[in-house]
Amino acid sequence: MDMEMKINKSKLSKSTKNDLITYGMVILTYIVVQLLVSMGHVSSLIQGLLVPFCTYVIVAVALNLTVGILGELSLGHAGFMCVGAFASAVFSLAFKDVLPGGLRFFLALLIGAAAAALIGFLVGIPVLRLRGDYLAIVTLAFGEIIKNIINVLYLGVDSKGVHFSMKDALSLQLEEDGVMLIKGAQGVTGTPNDSNFTVGVILILITLFIVLNFIHSRTGRAVMSIRDNRIAAESVGINVTKYKLIAFTVSASLAGVAGVLYAHNLSTLNALPKNFGYNMSIMILVFVVLGGIGNIRGSIVAAVLLTLLPEVLRGLSDYRMLIYSIVLIVMMIFNWSPNAVFFRKRLKQKFLPGRKAEKEEA
Amino acid sequence: MKKRMLSLVLAGVMTAALLTGCGDSAGSDAGSADGAAEETTEAAETEVSEETAGDDAAAEDSSAEASGDSAGGTFKIGGIGPLTGSNAVYGIAAMNGSQIAVDEINAAGGINGMTVELNFQDDETDSEKSVNAYNALKDWGVQVLDGCVTSACSIAVSAKTAEDNIFQLTPSGSAVECVANPNSFRICFSDPNQGVASAQYIGEHSLATKVAVIYDSSDVYSSGIYEKFVTEAESQSFEVVTAGAFTADNKTDFSVQLQQAKDAGADLVFLPIYYNEAALILKQAADMGFEVKFFGCDGLDGILGVKNFDASLTEGVMLLTPFAADATDDLTVQFVTTYEEKFNETPNQFAADGYDAIYTIKAAAEKAGITADMSNEEICAAMQTAMTEITVDGLTGEGITWDASGEPTKEPKAVVIKDGVYTAM
Repeated sequence: MDMEMKINKSKLSKSTKNDLITYGMVILTYIVVQLLVSMGHVSSLIQGLLVPFCTYVIVAVALNLTVGILGELSLGHAGFMCVGAFASAVFSLAFKDVLPGGLRFFLALLIGAAAAALIGFLVGIPVLRLRGDYLAIVTLAFGEIIKNIINVLYLGVDSKGVHFSMKDALSLQLEEDGVMLIKGAQGVTGTPNDSNFTVGVILILITLFIVLNFIHSRTGRAVMSIRDNRIAAESVGINVTKYKLIAFTVSASLAGVAGVLYAHNLSTLNALPKNFGYNMSIMILVFVVLGGIGNIRGSIVAAVLLTLLPEVLRGLSDYRMLIYSIVLIVMMIFNWSPNAVFFRKRLKQKFLPGRKAEKEEA
Repeated sequence: MKKRMLSLVLAGVMTAALLTGCGDSAGSDAGSADGAAEETTEAAETEVSEETAGDDAAAEDSSAEASGDSAGGTFKIGGIGPLTGSNAVYGIAAMNGSQIAVDEINAAGGINGMTVELNFQDDETDSEKSVNAYNALKDWGVQVLDGCVTSACSIAVSAKTAEDNIFQLTPSGSAVECVANPNSFRICFSDPNQGVASAQYIGEHSLATKVAVIYDSSDVYSSGIYEKFVTEAESQSFEVVTAGAFTADNKTDFSVQLQQAKDAGADLVFLPIYYNEAALILKQAADMGFEVKFFGCDGLDGILGVKNFDASLTEGVMLLTPFAADATDDLTVQFVTTYEEKFNETPNQFAADGYDAIYTIKAAAEKAGITADMSNEEICAAMQTAMTEITVDGLTGEGITWDASGEPTKEPKAVVIKDGVYTAM
């Protein structure tokens, strides 16, 4: 007993250690990349990809909270990204000349996160009371609805105030000096480019901080108990809907933050099937599944690798999409096939005998 | 065990490919950052690596390159457009059109003695991918950008080219904002231009008194034209009686919109949409016995080639298009023949835009006296001034001129389909 206490005091708990490794990994990558950039060793392609990396890492971690920790399937995270992106882009465009860059982007982040959280909350209220795969179906539908609403939404502002229409730009009847904020299918153009790699990494760290602490908190344990056995959780007095709603709303708002980062990286923002449709939602789910469901660090690595892959394969022109899918399959087999898992274990034993012994001791 | 080994080996190959990919781009990046003198040697290096990577477009060119390198150096034109996905047809057409122009120019001695090299990258009609494609081109050492093919991508990339001072000429990005920056110009008409021109054409030729519009509200091109058309219609002799919108998710059944138009007593239906949907509309209008005139914009170009479609339904359809593959002038005939020989299909307007874009770049580069050792900033500044001074006779218009805003000035051509061919009106 005494021995154990001592070990606990001198060493951090296993989960804290694990979390520190995750933070360390992100910070180390950031430092290495910044060094390489300053020495001019990084191609423009990779430099251009740095912000998208951050975007997809954040949204993958957010979805992992829903899929891995809450145990529900969400196919609408691109929809939450879309809400966050448009809410913040409209704000930034409207206050482009009024507020200084840093403050504006900070407020935009809050607005994007709040908007996505609100929508996530509203979607969650009826759906999370249900059992089974209803959440997957409703979020899938929600993502498509959001995309279509944005595509017919016209929003403008002039001296009389804010005008909006679901028909066309003409029915807004803006004054001559009025500014169009959302132009239906044309989306938002002229968003200031406030995103950069540093901000992205800070946001990743904040996301990790929120998600990892959430998992280890009382609430997080309650959420995981619902995932593992709903009936048992209910029987000890856990309010299932409440905890599910908390986890889902946090996940949605983090996806909204990713959306803000996305919106402020490009000067044009449209809701296309490509970026905010269900294809994207599935893509995010692929990051999570490939990285390991419930494994936050895995999501980060998978999101970066899978965003990078189609770009570095550009040299192969027409074959790149084919190779990309083959790589996906290979990675899936390597990660999840029982044979491959066994093989990996043996490999580990062979090369890292020390670590195994350590584990056994613990 | 075998399977395991195989998957391991495959994974290994992928990783290796990944690493070599990174190495290449890093090398070429150093080149573009360095002085101009080094550029040519770097360029040669990238070429080789490109060739080994199996990039067919680059490989094709580099055979012609070997001789050109020693004389005036190379002039690197980058292109961006959708080569995969649902809009691939436009990107591929623009790429093919540009390629023909590049081949012709190289055969005739290049631009100012420089051999032209075209590297066309895929953007999947996604603005984010488009910026990635642009960055990849920067690593390759792009000097002038011929892109992007679609509007949204073009806007996203033009924000980056403005930062980097790279001259950009979009062949077919028709949204107003595509040329918002001083370094960007376009070949095609802008959306508002087409809407205004269509309304004026219908009004001036008294084609109709009551006009119905069917448009795609989820498409930038379509809704852009529609808005300006309606605004301009107010000052014309006809009135817009109904406007039926549809979206990309719901574009197979148009009976509601057609019935609306019929009930409103429209005698002309304006279709600022692409030809695939237009073909369905023509078919459904014929089925419901709705006899009316149809008028479209350049998006309708291609309607005669729609598969499983009774082309006789297009009889009498009018369209405002800068390019008609059936035109009989020498330039068009020559272009269409070469295109059909090379790619086994009839070129559409995007191919023509791509072709004209390359020749416009050539004209501007010659006017500005661009040489291979100029930096991108110098090229951009010189091209910007030269663009406002040149006049280009291209496939999509004669005597095209530009002003500093980046908008082309050219006459819209209206054609009517008679006996299955375009006939000038």
